[in-house]
Amino acid sequence: MKMTGSKALIESLLQEGVETIFGYPGGAILPVFDALYDYDQKVNHILTRHEQGAAHAAEGYARVSGKVGVCLITSGPAATNAITGISDAMLDSVPLLVITGQVGAGLLGTDAFQEIDVIGITQPITKWSYQIRRAEDVAWAVARAFYIASTGRPGPVVLDFTKNAQSEEVDFQYKPCKFIRSYIPVPEVNISQLEKAAELINAAKKPFAVVGHGVILGQAEKDLMELLEKADIPAAWTLLGASAMPSDFRLNKGFVGMHGNVAPNMKTNECDVLIAIGMRFDDRVTGDLKTYASQAKVIHIDIDAAELNKNLKVEVPVLGSAKDVLPALTKLVKPARHTEWIDSFEIYKNTEYEKVIEREVFPKSGKITMGEVINKVSEATHHNAICVTDVGQNQMAAARYFKFSQTRSLITSGGLGTMGFGLPAAIGAKIASPDRTVCLFAGDGGFQMTIQELGTIMENNIGVKMIVLDNQFLGMVRQWQELFYEERYSFTKMKNPDFVAIGKAYNINGRLVNEREELDDAIAEMLKDDNPYLLVVNVERKGMVYPMIPAGTSVTNIILE
Amino acid sequence: MEKTLYTVIIFSENTVGVLNQITVIFTRRGLNIETLSVSPSAIEGIHKFTITVFTTQDVIEKVVQQIDKRVDILKAYYNIDEDLVHQEIALYKVDTSKLLAMGSIEKLIRDYQIHVLELTENCVVFEKTGHYQETQKLFEELSSSIGVLQFIRSGRIAITKSKVERLSDMLEKMMKLEEKVNTTSETQE
Ligand SMILES: Cc1ncc(C[n+]2csc(CCOP(=O)(O)OP(=O)(O)O)c2C)c(N)n1
Repeated sequence: MKMTGSKALIESLLQEGVETIFGYPGGAILPVFDALYDYDQKVNHILTRHEQGAAHAAEGYARVSGKVGVCLITSGPAATNAITGISDAMLDSVPLLVITGQVGAGLLGTDAFQEIDVIGITQPITKWSYQIRRAEDVAWAVARAFYIASTGRPGPVVLDFTKNAQSEEVDFQYKPCKFIRSYIPVPEVNISQLEKAAELINAAKKPFAVVGHGVILGQAEKDLMELLEKADIPAAWTLLGASAMPSDFRLNKGFVGMHGNVAPNMKTNECDVLIAIGMRFDDRVTGDLKTYASQAKVIHIDIDAAELNKNLKVEVPVLGSAKDVLPALTKLVKPARHTEWIDSFEIYKNTEYEKVIEREVFPKSGKITMGEVINKVSEATHHNAICVTDVGQNQMAAARYFKFSQTRSLITSGGLGTMGFGLPAAIGAKIASPDRTVCLFAGDGGFQMTIQELGTIMENNIGVKMIVLDNQFLGMVRQWQELFYEERYSFTKMKNPDFVAIGKAYNINGRLVNEREELDDAIAEMLKDDNPYLLVVNVERKGMVYPMIPAGTSVTNIILE
Repeated sequence: MEKTLYTVIIFSENTVGVLNQITVIFTRRGLNIETLSVSPSAIEGIHKFTITVFTTQDVIEKVVQQIDKRVDILKAYYNIDEDLVHQEIALYKVDTSKLLAMGSIEKLIRDYQIHVLELTENCVVFEKTGHYQETQKLFEELSSSIGVLQFIRSGRIAITKSKVERLSDMLEKMMKLEEKVNTTSETQE
């Protein structure tokens, strides 16, 4: 059928099952927006208030649904506004398609109005980026983009769409992409590596697993738990591996890394076999690599060959998807019991409870703490909600104290640590999962980085429950200044606006809480219906997130109080 | 750790922007590319890059993995000099009268296996192929005697000595995979 390149783009998106697009129009993408006008029954387009917001919202959508998040924006400044979201998706392996308008092919390279080199800029921060210069390439490029973004280790893809190609006519035919000869998304599992891994696990007296995002991306949560159960392996999770196992799963031993739990961090350096699954030994997880699990034989399962032996040299690298490797490994391992080893986690757990958790989550006096709020919201939502965070202390506290019963329930910017991620990501999360409660925890700093998205929430009545943990500081940076810079609080103090009034201006209900006694009532009010709500809690100004293993050091340097 | 000269050989699809994708991977790690040569390979539609770089084995392994991972790259690998037959080509322009005044032209041409490409009243252009050290030695000899007006050297090109042809093996494997994908999607339809 003959149609314009713009229409072909939308038809291609429909062929890929796209229902929601996050976007923002402009000159170089106008033909596409014009075509979109006729698709309002088929495509739900959400107009954000900034292209960074569109990109993070599409990320939030993708992270919750597992589908490709789609973002449609114009050229030049719109494309550069989206760069943070694209980078965020790259570092966190999020399937994202960003379509940018571009000047007509005849003007490329001439510094035409709003022309920038989108391909050049985005190549280092995408899995693939491609410029569509002819309408004939639209279907091909979109098919390829979805295939690349969503398969193997997912990631962002950019399609830079020149204006001439948007208006030229093409005979539209769509064929999904299932194969690219230069791309092996899911490598075949090497049996001998698998056998070596099984041997190590079978001989282990103190096995320990660390679960990363790869388990969730590979939809291998069940397979993971079967392996852990059969061989009786205690397991911990990285920030992006959160919610792969329910919080109350017997073998779930908590969060690893800089602000993780004491037991799993200490046990990393006591185990005899460490099984790392779909994680990449990020420095925020390992600290000093020289001392990290140096006593253990390490098995590293990952779908990305470039991750094996990249940060940590391991005994047994196993290339493959968690979905393929874990069930195969479960077949090869022998049923085992490691009761004593598993029980030994309790000592550290108790220490952490006494020194950190009790005072953070159940303080009897003083100002409200972040942990207290997060725990109360988690309980009030029966640990069933999707928890979206911004970056900083709020994020670490949420990862530590929110509890999960379903997968894909912690939506957070891990690799890039993007302040301003939270609010737009929560919008995307709620749209992807309208039936679940979506709670956002943000600091006063990060909330203000994308605060304009309150407009998006107002316009579409997106029922996000926003909780601003206001300490009137850039809390996490202040924490570092307190610990490592002699309390020299260089530009971390913030004078904040009346957030509740801002919410009101956007027609969003809200409440400011100062006193512990009001908290339960305010949370109940927030959760009583499915409308957006802005809960602002004035928390302890100089609160700390503990435990903390200072950057680049080892777990023995852990700070508890 | 000790640095070695590694030769990175890359086969890619012939699409716009592949070179940029490759060079940023070197740039990120602060690696200086010593030589670079790109041309269509023996297989139509596939380009071949030959890049040399001084670094450690540990780093080159990671760099090659990261290049190989790019969607447009078919295959990337690295070799040390011992695995390769390699060559560079150099052109030298010298002043004709100074060259004639030198006297021992025949010996120079024999010793260095020089090809004379151009000869005019004003200048002579020599071509020499060889390893870096060989083309460099001639450059130094000419520079110190009669002077070199212009000099240019190509990037390294190289062929592996081994029996395995990594690209053809890979392409064969991928062709089988494609057939499999096509037949399964047909039966689904
Ligand atoms: C875009 C961006 N800029 C700067 C930083 C550095 N940074 C990390 S945490 C943090 C403080 C965050 O403060 P706030 O949003 O108030 O949250 P809190 O730590 O108090 O919970 C800063 C500035 C960042 N991660 N992202």
